[in-house]
Amino acid sequence: MYIKYIKSEPPSDGFGNSNANDGRLLSSSPGAGTGGTATGNNKPAPGPPEEQQTLLAVLQFLKKSKLAESAEILRREAGLPEDALDPKGTDASGSGPGLAAGSGQVDGVDASSLLSRVTVSSSAAAQAPKKDSSLAACFYSLSASPDQPDVSVVLSAYSQQGDPSLYDAYYSGLKRFIESVLDCHRAELSQLFYPLFVHMYLELVYNNNESVAKAFFEKFSGDQECYYEQDLRILSSLTKKEHMKGNETLLDFRTSKFVLRISRDSYQLLKRHLQERQNNQIWNIIQEHLYIDIFDGMPRSKSQIDAMSGSLAGEARREANKAKVFYGLLKEPEIELPLDDEDEEAENEEGKPKKKKPKKDSMGSKSKKQDPNAPLQTRIPLPELKDSDKLDKIMYMKESTKRIRLGSDNLPSICFYTFLNAYQGLTAVDVTDDSSLIAGGFADSTVRVWSVTPKKLRKVKSAADLNLIDKESDDVLERIMDEKTASELKILYGHSGPVYGISFSPDRNYLLSSSEDGTIRLWSLQTFTCLVGYKGHNYPVWDTQFSPYGYYFVSGGHDRVARLWATDHYQPLRIFAGHLADITCTRFHPNSNYVATGSSDRTIRLWDVLNGNCVRIFTGHKGPIHALAFSPNGKFLASGATDGRVLLWDIGHGLMVGELKGHTDTIYSLRFSRDGEILASGSMDNTVRLWDAMKAFDDLETDDFTAATGHIHLQDNSQELLLGTYMTKSTPVLHLHFTRRNLLLAAGAYNP
Amino acid sequence: MAEERRQKQCSVVLPTESMKAMAESVGVGQLQEDSCVALSEEVSYRIKEIAQDALKFMHHGKRRKLTTSDIDNALKLKNVEPLYGFQSQEFIPFRFASGGGRELHFYEEKEVDLSDIINTPLPRVPLDVSLKAHWLSIEGVQPSIPENPPPASKEQQKTESTEPLKVVKPGQEEKGTIQGKGQSTTTPDGKGKEKGLIRLKPRSTHELSVEQQLYYKEITEACVGSCEAKRAEALQSIATDPGLYQMLPRFSTFISEGVRVNVVQNNLALLIYLMRMVKALMDNPTLYLEKYLHELIPAVVTCIVSKQLCLRPDVDNHWALRDFAARLMAQSCKTFSTTTNNIQSRVTKTLTKSLFDDKTQWTTRYGCIAGLAELGADVIKTLILPRLTVEGARIKAVMEGPVVSNIDKIGAEHVQTLLLKHCASVIAKIRPQPDNVEQYRAEYGYLGPMLCSHVVKARTQATLQAQQVNRTTLTITQPRPTLSVSQSGLTGSGGPRTPSIIKVPSSLTLMSPRPGTPSQPSPPATKYIVMGTSAGAASTQQVITLSSSQSASPVTSTVPSATSTLQPLVKLESGGTPGLTASRPLQKYIVVSLPSSASSSLEPKSSVLPTSISSASLDGGIKLERSESPGVSTQSPH
Repeated sequence: MYIKYIKSEPPSDGFGNSNANDGRLLSSSPGAGTGGTATGNNKPAPGPPEEQQTLLAVLQFLKKSKLAESAEILRREAGLPEDALDPKGTDASGSGPGLAAGSGQVDGVDASSLLSRVTVSSSAAAQAPKKDSSLAACFYSLSASPDQPDVSVVLSAYSQQGDPSLYDAYYSGLKRFIESVLDCHRAELSQLFYPLFVHMYLELVYNNNESVAKAFFEKFSGDQECYYEQDLRILSSLTKKEHMKGNETLLDFRTSKFVLRISRDSYQLLKRHLQERQNNQIWNIIQEHLYIDIFDGMPRSKSQIDAMSGSLAGEARREANKAKVFYGLLKEPEIELPLDDEDEEAENEEGKPKKKKPKKDSMGSKSKKQDPNAPLQTRIPLPELKDSDKLDKIMYMKESTKRIRLGSDNLPSICFYTFLNAYQGLTAVDVTDDSSLIAGGFADSTVRVWSVTPKKLRKVKSAADLNLIDKESDDVLERIMDEKTASELKILYGHSGPVYGISFSPDRNYLLSSSEDGTIRLWSLQTFTCLVGYKGHNYPVWDTQFSPYGYYFVSGGHDRVARLWATDHYQPLRIFAGHLADITCTRFHPNSNYVATGSSDRTIRLWDVLNGNCVRIFTGHKGPIHALAFSPNGKFLASGATDGRVLLWDIGHGLMVGELKGHTDTIYSLRFSRDGEILASGSMDNTVRLWDAMKAFDDLETDDFTAATGHIHLQDNSQELLLGTYMTKSTPVLHLHFTRRNLLLAAGAYNP
Repeated sequence: MAEERRQKQCSVVLPTESMKAMAESVGVGQLQEDSCVALSEEVSYRIKEIAQDALKFMHHGKRRKLTTSDIDNALKLKNVEPLYGFQSQEFIPFRFASGGGRELHFYEEKEVDLSDIINTPLPRVPLDVSLKAHWLSIEGVQPSIPENPPPASKEQQKTESTEPLKVVKPGQEEKGTIQGKGQSTTTPDGKGKEKGLIRLKPRSTHELSVEQQLYYKEITEACVGSCEAKRAEALQSIATDPGLYQMLPRFSTFISEGVRVNVVQNNLALLIYLMRMVKALMDNPTLYLEKYLHELIPAVVTCIVSKQLCLRPDVDNHWALRDFAARLMAQSCKTFSTTTNNIQSRVTKTLTKSLFDDKTQWTTRYGCIAGLAELGADVIKTLILPRLTVEGARIKAVMEGPVVSNIDKIGAEHVQTLLLKHCASVIAKIRPQPDNVEQYRAEYGYLGPMLCSHVVKARTQATLQAQQVNRTTLTITQPRPTLSVSQSGLTGSGGPRTPSIIKVPSSLTLMSPRPGTPSQPSPPATKYIVMGTSAGAASTQQVITLSSSQSASPVTSTVPSATSTLQPLVKLESGGTPGLTASRPLQKYIVVSLPSSASSSLEPKSSVLPTSISSASLDGGIKLERSESPGVSTQSPH
């Protein structure tokens, strides 16, 4: 599993460099000497320097091609020290632990066994545990280190360069050229400006041409698209070579190639121009740092480009979205519905259930035929249904017969739960699927659970009292509850930092919370105590969510990786690495086979739970993504970001299919109605907005061409799709939830 | 612009002086300039980094404000010990100090005496988090309940009334405005078309929900009811409830109708209650009354200048009501007067006109002076001070001459005190110090000596005086008029006069009993009734005519025709035969013709009033004009 993690994507981890302090501490004493001991442990030192150089080149190539395993084997065969990959020997922070991590990659054993291997294989790393007593932290720096050599390689790539004073001329020359080309190519070639600008600026900074770099920045930063402003701000503060080492944004930019999508014609034009002018400097940057995805056909228009750009590392490569995604839903287990109940209740609603009944059946039969887009039932092992789950399913079906059909002329009612006296401290909210419980995560580290039904929250009796209960009685489940503890509110204490993510298990027995303290806690809603603290992230965990089938859950945080966990494992089952910045929100696909993550790098990734691969990368947002929602049929994904826009994505085709403009501030919650007709969005701007999702998805023209090229024409029909805007009284909307009958619940803290 | 901003961002670096100051504070005396520069750049960079991380925490904390805990968390991310002791929800009080050519911002650290902290009683425990549910929307429509924001914010109401084309309503009326927007973009030219657009503007429905109707009923009943505690509650509700926007037209009509009826009935108490309602409406921070001024201002002005407001003008303290109404008037002038509606100048003109009229009654005179005086020192200076001599002579005539009537005397006395009160403070400000009685007498005539002493007093307690003038609360010094339960036997006309709009609890009526014959020998004869139309036709111009005449033929003022045909026609005919004896009843006609929305209370009606024409009755009319849509008001007041 760890191998998957390494392989899955260009390795780039936040924790590597953020942990740089630790890393440097750890390896400070070994330094160059470490290499000697390490080699001594393995094989005799390598032969002549030329040979070593070739080996190094091969190793670098392997690293670049993400063949970490092969590189590792080759390195060991050649008996090269770990830090040999680092040509300059500077910033050898990762050297010691790096080797350890290499051995650690072999299998996904727990941290302690890892540690033991580390001590055997490398004397350098043996010092690690002494320096840092925290087991987790140690493991952490170990797993992070493979990237460290990469960093210095990447930085050193800047060393070869031309005359700094000419950069200005190069850039303005290119600018003149692009401005003079035909209109149809200009938009496409303009995409080059930003990555070139950044790389040229960084080269200048790296080579200690501070004043030139500043002048360069001031002269050309105004030309860049406005949605890059935030990155430019970070870039502008970076004026010294020393700053580059610890800067995450910079590393993101370096470790991943900026992806541009350009038509063949435009590319030829550019190539010819650069060759004519002998403009090697720019050509080198394009060759080394950019990835130009060339396609045949019409050049794209400015609006098409703008729709897709904005992410930290350019657009997604086309092949990144080519993998097949089984977005269909899993077959529901057949549960016999006790019909007698149905008839009783159908008395006054004679028409409704009968009308819906056949529909339900037809849907059922469809799923029996096995949707070609649905994954195999056993693709991901799912927990077996318990009796209580079956009961719940029956309840669900009963409720869904009473569900209101929503539409543009039949808007849902919205019930707003306001958290009063929260003193700006409410950070996360979740509601159970049956809408009986509501939980809030607070900045004061508490988690509070309310019952919103007359049924109060009760704890299970103590073990001594439980012994006294007649276990054979029919109402044993009732008897185990301690009536004395009944209350509407239960407070869960345990975290040591603001609680940023919260999620109920589908069976309402558990509650997950993720916090600034780097842990995810699993709480029992029977005893209202903490059951497990899942450690691994070590940095703030921004979001967590249970799988729709329970058992699994996903978490994502500041360390830029999302982790898939099972409740009975204290180590993650999968690590999804690839995002270039914090993972801000995580969502499970309704069929539990995929996980979507939104990030501060302004991309959304879809990960396959089975093999840990990233199967979709969606770019187009211009700010960190804070809300994600899958449509109930699993075909579509909606995402909301700080830019106040909601984007709609077709998962199967890997395309952006809609843009909903209207909100004026960060969107913190998105939710589709139970039948997927309405999309509700809640935002920091104190409004709930309802959008006509049916219409948004119906109007799609997904012919083969658009599907193949990914070039969509988005019509600006936000205003037509907006069905309603509902202002609250200075209450940001943090959570939205459709009840089983399609009543919309919203929640937020009053913010006077 | 963005470029400029970015450049600024790029160049922001902590000054090297700060580095020096900080170095000194940790005991490093001589820091080289180079090191300072290097340090400041490094520190600036690190601070920016931390700020960026802190921003992340703010976003995830779902806040708009960066707090100190965000900074702490960002520091923790970087493995830096967070700053302790800076926990503050609100701003951090940084102090500024400069000296010796250096400027410094610092955080004041006070020495805290532990025993003080221990001995002070514990602060109240903040309320615990609680959960409250309400309906944000019911099947797509947002109910107007206190939990929801008012359908239209004050700013929006303001733009709606001042710039009808730019209105964008939130929520359910989004679609309508989109249409409107589309139209305005398609027909950007042509004034006629734009006028058409005003009509096309989505008409806001004034359907009140059952709850709102109930609320309206309760509030209006309480406001004019007999229970003072209930009234206070109701007024409090009007002054604070944010959801009254929809009911505003109702309240406005209620007040104007109520004043109209009760001024005829001489029901002082109810007039006071209605004025207090106006005050409460004005106090409500969520309401913008501009649209309803055409109803409210006439009502208020009526209460200022009406010849008779109460049954026993000699006993009842109707002066207080006049003062209170004058303050309201001044307040609305201050708030709503613009160059287009010219409220203040129109009001001033109206008041001056009757003030300058020799035949104005003492009561009206008092009202005019009070109304003008409340408008501020400038108005007093330009309009009242020059009149002091004339008024003084008039007062002298009454005070020292043969006793004509007790009422006149009381009136003159009140006018005198009022003049002294208001003028003294102004004179105190504009007149140089030595207050010579003779000089005053020469300048201001009869009132001179009294003024002089008042000015001297005013100078000593100028500040106190100013406070009193600003006070706008009404204290009723007069006992409430007794209301008899048996109301049916009203003199002459009983039943039809009770306006349908005012719901009266059974125990109480709007009209107080009136004895068949006036107790005073010469009560004031004619009345000023300043009338407005009920709300309704938005684009029509309204002319409120106030006339009073003793001529035998009724004075009819017609309204200058405007563009609209739906113009409300308000006529007030008041006729009195001159030379009537004291007890002779006077017929009064109020003819009001209105657009279709006229309510039953506006039916022509007659009332038998026991009045006589006093010698000092006046002619001439006061016309008040107001046009609804700004820009049409090209007509000058008559």
